[in-house]
Amino acid sequence: MAAETSSVSPAPRFSLIRQLRESPHAQGLALISPTLIYLLFTLVLPLLLVVVLSFMTRGPYGNIIYRVNLGNYTRLMDTLYLRILGYSLLTAALTTVGTILIGYPLAYYIARTPPRQRSVYLFLILVPFWTNFIIRIYAWIMILRTEGLLNSFLLKIGFIQAPLDILYTPTAVLIGMVYEFLPFMVLPLYTSLEKIEPAQLEAAADLGARPFMAFLRVTLPLSLPGMIAGSILVFIPAMGMFVVPDLMGGAKTILVGNLIRNQFLTARDWPFGAAASMLLLILTLIFTLFYTRRAGFGEELLV
Amino acid sequence: MSQFAVELRDVVKRFPNPGGGEITAVNHATLQINHGEFFSLLGPSGCGKTTSLRMVAGFEWPTSGEIFIDGKPMGRTPPFLRPVNTVFQSYALFQHMTIFQNVAFGLEMEGVSREETRRRVEAALEMVQLTGMGSRKPRQLSGGQQQRVALARALVKRPAVLLLDEPLGALDLKLRKEMQLELKALQEQVGITFIYVTHDQEEALTMSDRIAVMNKGNVLQIGAPVEIYERPNCRFVADFIGETNFLFGKVKAIDPDFVIVSLHGSERELVGIPLGKFYSGQEVVVSVRPEKMRIFDDTPLKIGVTPNQPNCFPIRIINTMYIGSDTRIVIDFGGGTQLKVWEQNHLSTLDTLAYYAPGQELWVTMRPENVLILPQEE
Repeated sequence: MAAETSSVSPAPRFSLIRQLRESPHAQGLALISPTLIYLLFTLVLPLLLVVVLSFMTRGPYGNIIYRVNLGNYTRLMDTLYLRILGYSLLTAALTTVGTILIGYPLAYYIARTPPRQRSVYLFLILVPFWTNFIIRIYAWIMILRTEGLLNSFLLKIGFIQAPLDILYTPTAVLIGMVYEFLPFMVLPLYTSLEKIEPAQLEAAADLGARPFMAFLRVTLPLSLPGMIAGSILVFIPAMGMFVVPDLMGGAKTILVGNLIRNQFLTARDWPFGAAASMLLLILTLIFTLFYTRRAGFGEELLV
Repeated sequence: MSQFAVELRDVVKRFPNPGGGEITAVNHATLQINHGEFFSLLGPSGCGKTTSLRMVAGFEWPTSGEIFIDGKPMGRTPPFLRPVNTVFQSYALFQHMTIFQNVAFGLEMEGVSREETRRRVEAALEMVQLTGMGSRKPRQLSGGQQQRVALARALVKRPAVLLLDEPLGALDLKLRKEMQLELKALQEQVGITFIYVTHDQEEALTMSDRIAVMNKGNVLQIGAPVEIYERPNCRFVADFIGETNFLFGKVKAIDPDFVIVSLHGSERELVGIPLGKFYSGQEVVVSVRPEKMRIFDDTPLKIGVTPNQPNCFPIRIINTMYIGSDTRIVIDFGGGTQLKVWEQNHLSTLDTLAYYAPGQELWVTMRPENVLILPQEE
C-alpha cells in the first residue's frame, strides 16, 4: 500500500525521513526499538561476553588471561562433568514429567469448573509466589527432614516404624523442583484445555467413544500444545536450577547449575564456568528443538 | 422393528436457573417419529427444540418422561451406546485429525476392520462429494465442505436415526438453499430417519415430511408442511410460519362449516372456517395470509352489481412495493386496521397503475376458506 502511494505521488523521494515514514518495515522497527535496545544490553552483549570468556584462560589468582584456549571445553568432556550433565538432564526431565503428572489433572479440573470458580483456582495457584522462593524451600525442609512434619505424621498413624530419610536425597530435590515449577505447567495446560469446545467431546461420545477413549483421542491431542509450552517453561529453568539442589540435596547432589555457580563464585574459574554455561545453553537448545519437532509443534496443533 | 423410530413420551426437561429456581426447557413433549421420515423440530430460539434433540442423542437426560429409540426405552443410556448420530451446529470436527480420520473415528470405536473402514469412509466421502479430500485437515475446507464432512462422519456409522442441529445455520443463503435440496435427496437415498432442528420456517417447509412447531418448551402442532401452513392450530403457529394478517373479533354465528365473526372497531363481518371449537360470543383471532386476498376495482359495483360473495370490503391503498415477481401492498381496512396483501404480477406491463398507487380507493375480497378463525389465547 505505502509503496504504491509513494510511486504515484509526484513528491521527490530522496528524503530519508519520508521513506522511513512510508516503509511499514521501518515503522515496525521503530516501534520495537526500546525492546531491541533493552535486549541488546541485557541479552546479546552478556551472551557474547560469556562466549568470549569461555575461550580465555584462568590466571593463577582467578584472574582472566586473554589468551585463546580450547582447554575449558576439553575439560568438560571429563567423565566427572559429563556425569553431572547427564544427571542434570535426568533431573530436569523427571521434573517435567512430575509437573505433567500432577499438573494435568489439576488443569483439567480447573478447566471443567464453572467460569467464576476458575479465576479463584488460578489465583490460588499463583498465591505461593507472594512468598519468597527461599522461604518456601525452607518450609519444605521443615516438612521433609527426619523429625519433620511428614515423618512425625507417618510415625503417629503407624504407617512407618522408622523415620524416612528424604531430605538431602535426589528425591527431595525432585519434590522441591516439581513444587517450584508446577504453576509453569498448569497455566499453559489450563489455557489449551479450556479452549477445547465441549461439542468436541460430545461428538466423540456420539461416535461411540467411551469417556477414556474420548480423552485419549480428543482431549489429550488437543491439549498437546499446552503441554509442550509447559514442558519448555519447566525444562529450561530446571536445567539451570541450583538453589533447590543446594538447599534440599545436600553436598551429594550437584547439578550443572551448581557447577557453574561454583566456578564463578567459589573456584573463581570464570572461563571454565563460561564454557559450562555454553554447554548448558547448547544442550537445552538441542533438547527443546528435538522435543518440539517430535511432538509436532506445528500450526496444525495450535487450536 | 418397532412402530416408531423415535418416540418422546411426556418428556419434561428442567434446568437449574443460575439465578435460582428452575427453567423448564421442554414441557410434557410427546412426539412420534416414523421410520425413514424427515422430521423437523421448528421454533424460535429457546423453544426447547435443541434440548429435545440433545435428549434423543443422550447428551441430556429427561427430568421425567421417557424417550424410546426403535421401541427401546433409553433411560440414562450414554450417547456412545445409542444407535443415533449427530451433526452438530458447529460441526465439531476434530481439528487435529484429517478428514479421513474424522470420518473413520466412529468406525474405529466400533472396532471395524481397517480394510472395511477404508472402504466405508471412502464411500461416505464419495456420497458427500468429497472424494480425494481425505488427507486434508478440517481447517483447509470451506464451511460447506466441513458441513459435508460432519454429515459423512455421522452417516458412515449407519445410524438408525440421524440428528441434525441447525446444520446449515452457518452457511450463506445460496449455499444453504443448495444444501437443503442435497440433504433432502441424501435422506431419500439412504432412507435413514432424520430429525432436523431449525428456526428457519422456510427450511422446515422445504425439506420436511412432518414438522413439530415448538414454543416455550411446548409442542404446539405436529403435521405435514401443508397442514402447518394452511391449517395452523393456534395464533403462534400461524404467525411463526410464513406471514399473515391478524384481525380481532367476536363469534357472531356458527354453522357447521363456517363461522361469522364481527370485527372489533368496525361494522364489518368476516366469514371464515373454524380451526377449533367455538361458541357464540367467543373472542377470536382471524388469520388471513397476504397472498390469499384479492384487490379489485369498483367498476362492477358502480353499475349496480352487488357482490354475491361474502368478505368484500372497500379499502384504501396506503403504499405499494414492487418486488419483481410480486407487488406487496399495505391497505387500510378501516377501523384502524392495516393489512398486507401480496399480488403476483401476472401481466407484464409498464403501466404503474397496474401496481396500484397510494390513496387509491379499491375493494378487497377473500374467500371464506382463506379466512382462518383461531381461538384467542390468554
